[in-house]
Amino acid sequence: MTNVKPRIRLDRKDIKKGDTIEVKALVSHTMESGQRKDKDGNTVPRKIINKFTCTMNQKTLFACDLEPAISANPYFHFKLKPQESGPLIFTWLDDDGTRIEATETITVS
Amino acid sequence: MVVTRNRRQLLAIGAGAVGAVVIGTGLEVGFGRGVAWAAPNDTTDLVKKFTGGKEATAGPLKVVAPEIAENGNTVPLSVMIEGDLPAGRRVEEILVLADGNPRGGVARFTFSAEAVPEASTRIRLAETQNIVAVAKMSDGSFLTASRQVKVTIGGCGG
Repeated sequence: MTNVKPRIRLDRKDIKKGDTIEVKALVSHTMESGQRKDKDGNTVPRKIINKFTCTMNQKTLFACDLEPAISANPYFHFKLKPQESGPLIFTWLDDDGTRIEATETITVS
Repeated sequence: MVVTRNRRQLLAIGAGAVGAVVIGTGLEVGFGRGVAWAAPNDTTDLVKKFTGGKEATAGPLKVVAPEIAENGNTVPLSVMIEGDLPAGRRVEEILVLADGNPRGGVARFTFSAEAVPEASTRIRLAETQNIVAVAKMSDGSFLTASRQVKVTIGGCGG
């Protein structure tokens, strides 16, 4: 899948230590479950995003292992309490090895 | 959509009856007491693998999902901890399973100390079933919670 544009929304990027940031992350992906059959009765092979991570300074803050039971265009909403400033790196890993990345920089004072 | 009142009532009664049976057996066989109920798919095994055979207790873990999902292709789901955990006790992982899908696995969330133990996503449900969550705590204990969702249109293609 080419030209996949992940969408990230943070409720704010400039916080005080101890504050919570709300993150919404969405990426376009069919999340083919491997359960469906095509018109000729052949099983459509599984092709999903199997891992989502949110890291900062080489530390994983939030991660999720996805199974085919996650809907198409996987969406996550979660909350972070970052202790330091820096780029939040969001990564989606596809079954076929494709890596989708997005970055948002936050400031913690 | 044209639905006569009679038909709607019938459907409601039918759904209620099915729900009552499922909730009834669930409670008796072992919800709340841990992981000892019999799921139609591999959910029970996945829970055992995750906990290493340890008993999961009902606790402040909560599964939030609609009571009735009209479209099983995209059912909003949240898992969270209600209230405060004792100091020094933190949620490390939450495993989410669906006991009526072809396969039980749904998602496994990993939380660092810099994340709030709370996450939402959208999931596929093939039919009316229970969503089961198991949380792994930093002290090695496990919490569990479940929620039944009635599905009108299944979400596994076909």
